[in-house]
Amino acid sequence: MYPILRKKLLGPDIWMYVFRAPEIAANRSPGQFVIIRICEEGERIPVTIANSDPKEGTITLIIQSVGKTTLQLSGMDVGEAIPDITGPLGMPTHIEKRGTVLCIGGGIGTAPLYPVARGLKEAGNRVVSILGARSADLLILEDEMRSVSDRVVITTDDGSRGMHGLVTDAVRMLVAEGETFDECVTMGPPIMMKFVSRLTEELGIPTVVSLNPIMVDGTGMCGCCRVTVGGETKFACVDGPEFDGHKVDFDELMMRLATYRTEEKQALDHYLGESGCRLASRIEGPKP
Amino acid sequence: MNMKERLAIPPTPMPEQSPAVRIRNLDEVPLGYTPEMAMLEARRCLQCRTPFCVEGCPVGIDIPGFILAIEEGDFERSIRIMREKNLLPAVCGRVCPQEEQCQRSCTVGKARKDPSESVMIGKLERFIADWEREHGTSALPAEVRSSGRKVAIVGGGPAGLTVAGDLVRFGHEVTVLEALHKAGGVLVYGIPEFRLPKSIVQKEVDYLQRLGVRFRYNHVVGRTTPVRSLLDEHDAVFIGTGAGLPRFMRVPGENLLGVLSANEYLTRANLMKAYHFPRTDTPIAKGATVITVGGGNVAMDCARTALRMGAGRSLIVYRRAEEQMPARLEEVHHAREEGVEFHLLQNPVRLIGNEKGWLTGTEIQRMELGEPDPSGRRSPVPMEGSEFIEQADVLIVAIGNSPNPLIPRAFPELEVTRWGGIVVNEVTGQTSVPGVFAGGDIVLGAATVILAMGHGRRAARAMNLYLSSGRWTDLAEAMELCRAEVR
Repeated sequence: MYPILRKKLLGPDIWMYVFRAPEIAANRSPGQFVIIRICEEGERIPVTIANSDPKEGTITLIIQSVGKTTLQLSGMDVGEAIPDITGPLGMPTHIEKRGTVLCIGGGIGTAPLYPVARGLKEAGNRVVSILGARSADLLILEDEMRSVSDRVVITTDDGSRGMHGLVTDAVRMLVAEGETFDECVTMGPPIMMKFVSRLTEELGIPTVVSLNPIMVDGTGMCGCCRVTVGGETKFACVDGPEFDGHKVDFDELMMRLATYRTEEKQALDHYLGESGCRLASRIEGPKP
Repeated sequence: MNMKERLAIPPTPMPEQSPAVRIRNLDEVPLGYTPEMAMLEARRCLQCRTPFCVEGCPVGIDIPGFILAIEEGDFERSIRIMREKNLLPAVCGRVCPQEEQCQRSCTVGKARKDPSESVMIGKLERFIADWEREHGTSALPAEVRSSGRKVAIVGGGPAGLTVAGDLVRFGHEVTVLEALHKAGGVLVYGIPEFRLPKSIVQKEVDYLQRLGVRFRYNHVVGRTTPVRSLLDEHDAVFIGTGAGLPRFMRVPGENLLGVLSANEYLTRANLMKAYHFPRTDTPIAKGATVITVGGGNVAMDCARTALRMGAGRSLIVYRRAEEQMPARLEEVHHAREEGVEFHLLQNPVRLIGNEKGWLTGTEIQRMELGEPDPSGRRSPVPMEGSEFIEQADVLIVAIGNSPNPLIPRAFPELEVTRWGGIVVNEVTGQTSVPGVFAGGDIVLGAATVILAMGHGRRAARAMNLYLSSGRWTDLAEAMELCRAEVR
């Protein structure tokens, strides 16, 4: 069992969980993920590791409550435990000194981006970060990102914080100012990664993306997470989750992510129906 | 009873759920023998002085011995004889291809000039294992003195469980490291409930636990812990990680929604219990018409599962002819009884989807049999211009697996073949790394449960000798010597 040691609300429906998982904490690298299962009848879902503390023997996961599993998890208290965390899985991020690296995080994509940005900074890179969200309350880990970045640009879709616009607008602005980038790393919603990749391809900036397809086992066994990269089928769980953003077929990825949309709603309705309105009220959660 | 009388008894059929009923539930299809049926069937055994059946058994069960005990009604003795060689009789009695092994060489079948009328060894094996489970005897063998040696088993499937059971009985401290959240490997994620109830697998795992085997779940070797620490902390290691990377057909449209590997389909259904969704959290692709591509046991499992998930039509599409299908006859027979359609000498060449990316059908090309290939099977040759469209909502690719790359990647010192399997000494299961053994599908490619167990059995013997003597370079010869001494 893997107990929840701490838990904190970072934004509406965005929870940070610190789990005790000493072996994973000791052996993980930036870019890797875990598969969690929160109860006996539970599904297996992949979550990229946001942080770890090998001394304390803990890993940090940041999870938005959007479906049955994530909502049920948010209802669990500190001290309670989940039955399964498997990992670390996937290939670690390739971190080396490249010069100036542009890190772009969208929504909770900033959570897995943070350890990568920190690694890049420690490797001697100049790190410029763009953090984007729909609105100000959905921005997470801003202080952490600032601590490992030489420059940070904030964008919101509604203009409630920082630049009014999309992360791609911020990229154009930085380039117009004369910034040059040797590499770009971007993590967030597939639609955002798609447009960032399209832009950086035009700008000639090599780009790494971290993909989040549906998975079951996470060890290469089922092929559910297959993605097309450069015309070839790859398994995100063992070949990724990071790939060359200029080669990924994002439209196919987004299409495949919708496979079980009807069932996901059905599972949530079933859960809310069974657990009654007490838990339903937790979708919103207390305000931070 | 003399030989002639014994030979005159016809095989005892095992009662089964009727096809119309069983496709509406997940319960086992064959219902098992009653003690009377088992004792009657046991009477058909001639107790041959040279039992060819035993030679046909990959783990060398004393088949005449356990059957004689059944005939005499001494079921406790029978299961004891069984357990000497086979730790998983309830599993093997259900999923072994007996008709190709013990029953193929049975004298009764030969005398009746029909191998399908051999003594029903597999059904008797299942009977005695079920009897033991129902009567709760499963007595533990006498405790052995601890050797003080530590062994790690990587992968809790049929090969790994066999090694674990054997080595713990030799007194070694055994830990099974399983990547999933349940032990059993293909027995829990792959083989469906209606062919092998999961409660039976769990009982066998519990039995190993009572023998002292430790199980650690969610443990991916090379990831959760480095391979180096595995080697440092154990005196020997067995790798039985299976053939876990699904092959796809490499035709256009294969990433459409509704197209999935047999591994994914069966894992969702079995390990994740998607058939109870939404009472369980894992969904599964459902459709009015489900096509399964392939002709092996796994393909039959998928096609039959699809019926139980509510498919109106379940089709097997296979590129060769029926006599070339690798599936067991019994599986094909059960599938056909349940209404699975067999579309033979056909091969999908393109998958077609709608604007939302969901599969709607597949273009299929007819095949004809050409010259025999190196395996001796006549190879299928496409018939140009024979293409037609078959409608389908779900398509399951069941054309086999490649070895999982996780272990070889994490363990570069390990010698692997061109196709990615681990290279071992065939007698001992020794790999290129001293102290490390391997067996099962990671060596064989996709094979059977019992072959994996046979591998495990041989490797366990070699590992025991290695642990007690420290010999590595001449282990195969040493094993031969031991065997000669026993004789």
